[in-house]
Amino acid sequence: MAQTTTEAKPAVTRNQSVGWLRQMLLIRRFEEQSAKLYQQQKILGFCHLYSGQEAVAVGSIGVLREDDYVFTAYRDHGHAIARGMDPKAGMAEMLGKVSGCSKGKGGSMHFFDAEKGFMGGHAIVGSHIPLAAGVAFAIKYKGGDQACLCYFGDGAMDQGALHEAFNIASLWKLPVIYIVENNMMSMGTQLHRHSWTTDLTLRGGPAYGMPGILVDGNDIEEMARVTRDALRRARAGEGPSFIEAKTYRFRGHSMSDPMKYRSKEEAEKAKEGDPIVLFESLLKERGWIDEPTLEEMHEKIKAEVEEAIQFAEHAPEPPLESLYQDITVAPFIPQE
Amino acid sequence: MAVIQYREALRQAMVEEMERDDRVFLMGEEVAEYNGAYKVSQGMLDQFGPRRIIDTPISENGFCGIGIGAAMVGLRPIVEFMTFSFSYVAFDQLVNNAANMRYMSGGQFSVPIVFRGNSGVGGSLGATHSHRPEAFYAHVPGLTVLMPSTPADAKGMLKAAIRSDDPIIFIEHENLLGDKGEVSDDRDFLVPIGKASIVRPGRDVTLITYSRMLKITLAAAEKLAEEGIDAEVIDLRSIRPLDIDTLVTSVSKTHRAVIIEEDWPYCGIGAGISDRIMQKAFDELDAPIRRVTAKDVPVPYSRVLEAAMLPDVGKVVAQVHDVLYR
Repeated sequence: MAQTTTEAKPAVTRNQSVGWLRQMLLIRRFEEQSAKLYQQQKILGFCHLYSGQEAVAVGSIGVLREDDYVFTAYRDHGHAIARGMDPKAGMAEMLGKVSGCSKGKGGSMHFFDAEKGFMGGHAIVGSHIPLAAGVAFAIKYKGGDQACLCYFGDGAMDQGALHEAFNIASLWKLPVIYIVENNMMSMGTQLHRHSWTTDLTLRGGPAYGMPGILVDGNDIEEMARVTRDALRRARAGEGPSFIEAKTYRFRGHSMSDPMKYRSKEEAEKAKEGDPIVLFESLLKERGWIDEPTLEEMHEKIKAEVEEAIQFAEHAPEPPLESLYQDITVAPFIPQE
Repeated sequence: MAVIQYREALRQAMVEEMERDDRVFLMGEEVAEYNGAYKVSQGMLDQFGPRRIIDTPISENGFCGIGIGAAMVGLRPIVEFMTFSFSYVAFDQLVNNAANMRYMSGGQFSVPIVFRGNSGVGGSLGATHSHRPEAFYAHVPGLTVLMPSTPADAKGMLKAAIRSDDPIIFIEHENLLGDKGEVSDDRDFLVPIGKASIVRPGRDVTLITYSRMLKITLAAAEKLAEEGIDAEVIDLRSIRPLDIDTLVTSVSKTHRAVIIEEDWPYCGIGAGISDRIMQKAFDELDAPIRRVTAKDVPVPYSRVLEAAMLPDVGKVVAQVHDVLYR
């Protein structure tokens, strides 16, 4: 795959910034419309929205090369879109259609896009953290200089898989960057009730011999900066990094979460730190975007998401014979 | 052809495949500097170096996941469990990630990996170290489960497993590691996945077994021969997929079947095999299918109690008498 030159540039350019704002808006709109489709029972199963956390994925994925890899957990729509997945493929997946990014076999929690190096949404908390170390292992084994980014929530800090993978990643100096999106809630259990310390860098960084970097996850440029540092370290063969990105999810854990464990005041206050509002203001201040351009951008994104919904609604259901397809590479013999 | 041990046959398979393909590597506890807890990987570190023969911390969940991740991007890991009893710590990785990845991703990612190691009631190892995990893993669509019972099959099946593009659960037996037998030195000697072997042809009853129980079953067949009962012995080799055609052909000839397994009875492999034979060939049966299994108890430490829980020749002969109405 071709390599982009973004990493070589020390500062965020105007074009890149506007592109990032556009991606964040696209994710927000995609999630808002997903919520509606869920309420209409067109999206089934479990559906976890990324609204409020957009700057984490967009700022960090935004400084990757095309040949790098990305893993995330089940709150995966934002990372997939940030990595360049076509919203049509994502929306069709959630509607269970054969044109979906996982042919309708994965759903909201299991988005995959091999072509973009998007290694999946993974739905067992912590389970994908060793997988990301495995991809990093393969990079090193083959002598490459790519890196693997791996996202998870603060709830995953409590899983053994994370601690096993962190130890091995550091021991073997694997080019993996772990980013905990600390949205202060492990499903409905607030951080101080599930973690002995609310400073996750203490649990993930120095304890495993890697830098533990605390960053405001709602500040997209800071996200980009710390990820660049970690990428430099990974590509130089210096090993993994751990980034704690503090953020907040505006919605419930999943669509079926009434959010009784937090006050309306807390949720309202958090919206003052909305990463999109913050970045829009910053870009306006710098004179990099003006109100009419912004309005036009909003309209275009609305249309793009609407187009994705139309595509998904009209896409065919998976053929019944696909039930038995893509189980094994060798011809699958059902034991029936 | 050379006469070698089962463990040497496993090693030959790995060495030959690693010489053939740089994407293949071995990872696990004590596989490198210790030369293998059961000496299966003896000498491999010297030959291939630490890049490809890799000692791991005691972190089954972690290193199995690392193997799966590496396989997703084109490597072909062999992950050794010191014993398959320890795979339960990594159950999530095997069942959720290795088995489901291809399906969940709509065919975008495959996981060409071999999980291998010994298993079974090895001798006074107690309840935690004597598991027979085949039924757990054979339950899962997406996994292939292989269990060789001879040195020749150990080599040919492991080579086929390493060359497979799918996740393979390759279960050896602790008590077979020192067994000797003739093994091919053809570097392309492969035992096809999904093919059972008729180890002893016979007319009167079909004895279906695998792994360590093959020896007991063959001894029972000799004993039965003394009584004039001609037993056909089938070594499954592949637990999933099951070679149902070979079983149906045999049962259509003998009209009677006994399944011999070291696993527990309830929901054990024999239960699934019995069901499949009934679905395909009920009309061919002249007697209900009988099973000889381990007793439905945790594995005890005492030698006496352990022996009492396991199948033996007498128990096999008794069930054959039952299906022959003798």
